[in-house]
Amino acid sequence: MIDTFTNTVLFTMLVLTALAIVRMERLFAVVMLSSVFSLLSALLFVTLDAVDVAFTEAAVGAGISTVLMLGTIALTKPAVKKSRHNAFVPLIVVCITGAALIYGTLDMPAFGSLDAPAQIHVGPDYLSRTPSDIDVPNVVTAILGSYRGFDTLGETAVVFTAGIGVLLLLSGLRRRRDDDGEDI
Amino acid sequence: MIFHHLILRVVTKLLVGTIVLFALYVQFHGDFSPGGGFQAGVIMSVAFILYGIVFSLESAKKVFPEWVVHKLLALGVLIYAGTGVATMLLGYDFLDYDAFSPLHPTHGQHWGLLVIEFGVGVTVTGVMVAIYYAFAGRPPSMSDEEW
Repeated sequence: MIDTFTNTVLFTMLVLTALAIVRMERLFAVVMLSSVFSLLSALLFVTLDAVDVAFTEAAVGAGISTVLMLGTIALTKPAVKKSRHNAFVPLIVVCITGAALIYGTLDMPAFGSLDAPAQIHVGPDYLSRTPSDIDVPNVVTAILGSYRGFDTLGETAVVFTAGIGVLLLLSGLRRRRDDDGEDI
Repeated sequence: MIFHHLILRVVTKLLVGTIVLFALYVQFHGDFSPGGGFQAGVIMSVAFILYGIVFSLESAKKVFPEWVVHKLLALGVLIYAGTGVATMLLGYDFLDYDAFSPLHPTHGQHWGLLVIEFGVGVTVTGVMVAIYYAFAGRPPSMSDEEW
């Protein structure tokens, strides 16, 4: 009962925030609202008991990306450019995509159902083996770091690559021989 | 300029230490509570970014120089991958942390998790701060009043 209430309230606020973002013209307000959007999704993750994901969403979505978006606004313009295109075609595309996504969810197992693939595939195996194999209370850490260590190494490499990419594009670091004896 | 925002500056000075402490808690307590290297790295970088926003980019760069950030970026990945190489040198599979304590495999796993999470944290801190420096270091195209 209380779960339904919480979910309804959170989803309603999520939709309202999204609508407000679409209507807004001042980019500063848009960025702040997208931060609110992230915070609301973090709350939704908490109600789903996915605390690690909620943590990440709150820190990255509501925190860092807001700062970076503000930094981007400072480099560009503070308001939306008026679009001269007709909004009709994009609306159709969005509606069709949305309908396809909703159609796709019809095949999915009911929320929280016991025979969902997430509950019967490798999940129970990890849960039963973690106490004897790794012996840490937070199974998420055990899966990410040990059972799926390769994946996490790959993710770290992706973060590293993304950082290098942004640095190359934005920071204005030049090759040393182009500078007049000045080290970077 | 520097005399503006007195309340923000005092609160920031109080908060930065707490944020760093919380980041370290999330980093090294990740086996027992939610969080881990990624979240800890983001929180750690938030401390420096907050400092940079409220004071100035230059003072943030004095605390955490750009060249250190750029080295950290790569160091984290090296720590992570190096752990894998170390387990291989000890005769186990890549990233099989049992290698660190063959008699008590779970202890080895604890050590391994601690080290790789630290590697993730270092890289994420470096990347986030580096991206912030890159964005904030460019000359802004609009004045403060336009916001």
